[in-house]
Amino acid sequence: MSDLPKIRVRDLKKSFGTKVVLDGVDLDVGAGESVVVIGQSGVGKSVLIKCVIGILQPDSGTIEIDGGSITNPDFQEMDEVRRKFGMLFQYAALFDSLKVWENVGFAFLQHSKMKPAQIREVAEEKLRMVGLPGILDLMPSELSGGMRKRVGLARAIAMEPEILLYDEPTTGLDPIRADSINDLIIQLREELGVASITITHDMVSAYKIADRITMLFGGKLIAAGTPDQIRASDDPYVRQFIHGSAEGPIKDE
Amino acid sequence: MLDSLDWTGARALAFMEEIGRGGMLLVKVLRGLVRRPFPMKLTLQQMEEVGVRSLPVVLITAIFTGAVLALQTFSGFKRFGAEGLVGTVVALSMTRELGPVLASIMVAGRVGSAMAAELGTMRVTEQIDALITLATDPVRYLVVPRFLAGMIMLPFLVVFADLVGIIGGYFVAVNVLGTSSTIYVNRTLQYLEFSDVTIGLLKASVFGMIIALIGCQMGFFTSGGAEGVGRATTKAVVVASILILISNYFLTAFLFK
Repeated sequence: MSDLPKIRVRDLKKSFGTKVVLDGVDLDVGAGESVVVIGQSGVGKSVLIKCVIGILQPDSGTIEIDGGSITNPDFQEMDEVRRKFGMLFQYAALFDSLKVWENVGFAFLQHSKMKPAQIREVAEEKLRMVGLPGILDLMPSELSGGMRKRVGLARAIAMEPEILLYDEPTTGLDPIRADSINDLIIQLREELGVASITITHDMVSAYKIADRITMLFGGKLIAAGTPDQIRASDDPYVRQFIHGSAEGPIKDE
Repeated sequence: MLDSLDWTGARALAFMEEIGRGGMLLVKVLRGLVRRPFPMKLTLQQMEEVGVRSLPVVLITAIFTGAVLALQTFSGFKRFGAEGLVGTVVALSMTRELGPVLASIMVAGRVGSAMAAELGTMRVTEQIDALITLATDPVRYLVVPRFLAGMIMLPFLVVFADLVGIIGGYFVAVNVLGTSSTIYVNRTLQYLEFSDVTIGLLKASVFGMIIALIGCQMGFFTSGGAEGVGRATTKAVVVASILILISNYFLTAFLFK
């Protein structure tokens, strides 16, 4: 493991109109490290990871992937960098018009000369990793919410990424399904050694999958530590959030 | 007073922003056209959707347009004894104006709205973001095939519309109003020039690009969930139809010298 972080974010700022969402975020993610960003809904967690993968352009600040800046305005090779990434979306964002195997194998269909039969094989292997063998020819509309998320996960890991971004991986799932997603995330980190950023407000999940937890509040990351440190934190904002209390310094707006 | 100024300013800004987005999308599409590999399979799929599946609607529109044109022209021209020219009027009107414009407006309603709804849904369910994370340019994957399909298939639809419209006019003039079949056909062929047809098809191609570009633009920049998709769909049809009518005037003035 080198000292160079996989992801280095410095002084990242992003506003929408007059609404400041990110107001100077600094974040490092090391190789093979799982960082969880917690925070309230609508506080800008998704904006943060969408900047990291280049779906959104930050207003200022820098993002480096493996030491190379992607926020340089002359930067042209974003698609090359994106191949290092996999991303699981909150509602899976499967392509409705494509079958499960075409979803999972999408990157291969687009970027490789592999035959469909080979791609189906790869897709089946990835689906087996997420515990869903034998559904290659179903359409996304035929899947339950939990299955969609797992297919989304299979699609995210199909190209064997070095970095995974999880947007609310357990939201909307029952506790048992949520925990099986947690196990999958841990298993993927252990088997594939990927670095990851997970955004969530599910503290059970955060404690389980994180090497390090950090909290986004008021456009800044206000706390960082291991799950145990966060659990024992005496920061009033963190305490209010992790205990899910309506009383405290964070006011409902 | 200040409120209404504020409102006008905000609307003007939003309007300029839409034009800017449309222009930038067009530039990206044109750049996407020359990049390889070319999205052949998707383009063929869209050509089927835009062309083949729109044919029934276009044919019904055209046949009744030709028929009513014959009916109206006949009753008007009878007043000065020019019933024999009904065929000419139907043929020129269909090929130069009504074929391209009416077919395009029907396609705007059928296909432009569907493009806006599909891309809009993909936007609000993050499928467009997902394309980006899979290193796939959404403009090349989604917009380029639709743009090409509109550009290529509208002229084909209009060839059929022209033909069927003329047949509809013939049927009414000859079978209902009792004009001589020979006179109708002769007068049609005598005055109809090849350029009437080709320039009509050229216009149709431009309208096809407008339908696809506006439909995709409205879908691509949708925000605000299901309600936003509904708004995008309506806007796609209204804006495309208006642009078709406006550009039709200028294309006609410029092309039919």
